[in-house]
Amino acid sequence: MSDYKELYDAILTGNAKKAEEVTKAAIEAKADPTELVKKYMVPAMDEVGKRFECNEYFVPELLIAARAMKTSLEILTPLLAEAGAEPVGRVVIGTVQGDLHDIGKNLVASMLEGGGFQVIDLGVDVPPEKFVEVVKEKDGTILALSALLTTTMTMMKNVIEALEKAGVRKNTRVMIGGAPITQQYADEIGADGYSDNANAAVAMARKLA
Amino acid sequence: MHPTIARLISAGPVATDGAWGTQLQQLGLPVGACPDAWNITQPEMVEQVARAYVEAGSRVILTNTFGANRFLLARHGLDGQAAEINRAGVENSLRAASGKAAVFASIGPSGVMLMMGQISEDELKAAFAEQARAIAEAGADGIVIETMSDPAEAALAVAAARETGLPVVACMTFDSGADRDRTMTGATPEQAAEALSAAGADAIGSNCGHGIADMIDVCRRLHAATDRPIWIKANAGLPEIVDGETVYRQTPAEFASYVPQLVEAGASFIGGCCGTTPEFIRAVAKAINK
Repeated sequence: MSDYKELYDAILTGNAKKAEEVTKAAIEAKADPTELVKKYMVPAMDEVGKRFECNEYFVPELLIAARAMKTSLEILTPLLAEAGAEPVGRVVIGTVQGDLHDIGKNLVASMLEGGGFQVIDLGVDVPPEKFVEVVKEKDGTILALSALLTTTMTMMKNVIEALEKAGVRKNTRVMIGGAPITQQYADEIGADGYSDNANAAVAMARKLA
Repeated sequence: MHPTIARLISAGPVATDGAWGTQLQQLGLPVGACPDAWNITQPEMVEQVARAYVEAGSRVILTNTFGANRFLLARHGLDGQAAEINRAGVENSLRAASGKAAVFASIGPSGVMLMMGQISEDELKAAFAEQARAIAEAGADGIVIETMSDPAEAALAVAAARETGLPVVACMTFDSGADRDRTMTGATPEQAAEALSAAGADAIGSNCGHGIADMIDVCRRLHAATDRPIWIKANAGLPEIVDGETVYRQTPAEFASYVPQLVEAGASFIGGCCGTTPEFIRAVAKAINK
């Protein structure tokens, strides 16, 4: 396969237009879509993550990189499906009931999509029953819960209880995040994972998938 | 310097106020309800919060209008009432202040992100202008733009607020990066000070974040990067959850013990953000006047 380092660079610098061009050209040239993802796109997002961890990149850079990644993935998804490749995992995400904040949740959803996950975004103010209903559709789903307020974070516990009551807790991985959330709180309510930023959330989702 | 700001700090640093949301919740604001709507539906409760700060020694109190922009109000179906809610918020604080404190009305982030392409700069500025106009009409003494993370959004809010002729304070939240000295979008105190000064803010500052100890360095750096007075409102540390209840461990005395360092670092306005109460402000006012 010819060299598509341009694709790597386009994602690393968040150039969605360039990523689209190079991806389309690569398909014309009969490049292997799985190779494109593995050799250029995922390593580019890994580098984005590293730069974020070192404070070279901040949220805006994460966002534009994830957007470029998503642009390429959307072109490649039908081809990947033909080749029998599955998404990395299925994530159901939402802000818990009583909480209307969505910036953090949207960031994490964008980054997960960029990370190759199938993301089902239920929005804000999501009641526990709604989470259960959508999680139930497929075993092994990752449920990502967000809350900004100290007063609404306690709703996360209710969601986990609702999963237990519906008998789907065992087949679901629950990860939580938001300004007031800590690892201690995640342990206390029995969540499977916690991360304190959108980049780390992708690594956590990969671990749980 | 804007004459209102100059008059307020002519005798040295002054105490502002503390948190509103947690105080309103103690008075019965339900979780998930729109705090700003209480300006109209429960004005006496809002006034009670404001009055507690005036009695504690606040020289400047804010208003219960942090989320009263059309985008956030739309989530509660109240976007048509933005002007009315802001006017009522200012009136509630003015009644509580009754001349003993200046009323600077709060404008928080819009809740939509420019960088995600969710909105144009013009639409965003129009929303801030709508809020600022209502605040000015109701007779506020100034405007505080706070908890901003994107300098571009903050600069638009400053530009909109300046059109009223009121003094404008602009604050950002520094809580990101390894040293917790960047905003969520990566801006340093120096970059923020430059952007907000250029936008024409009359005072510049920092609010919310990880607690008052972190604020000393941020304050020093803001002060070094601008000729405008510095406004600092810190959280009472980070909340902990004990038996399902949210607890802020820091005491008013611990919080106020940082006041001399903040003054030394150049702060002219000192108050509290999340988790602080009138007791914190009483301790801050006492520490300033020592």
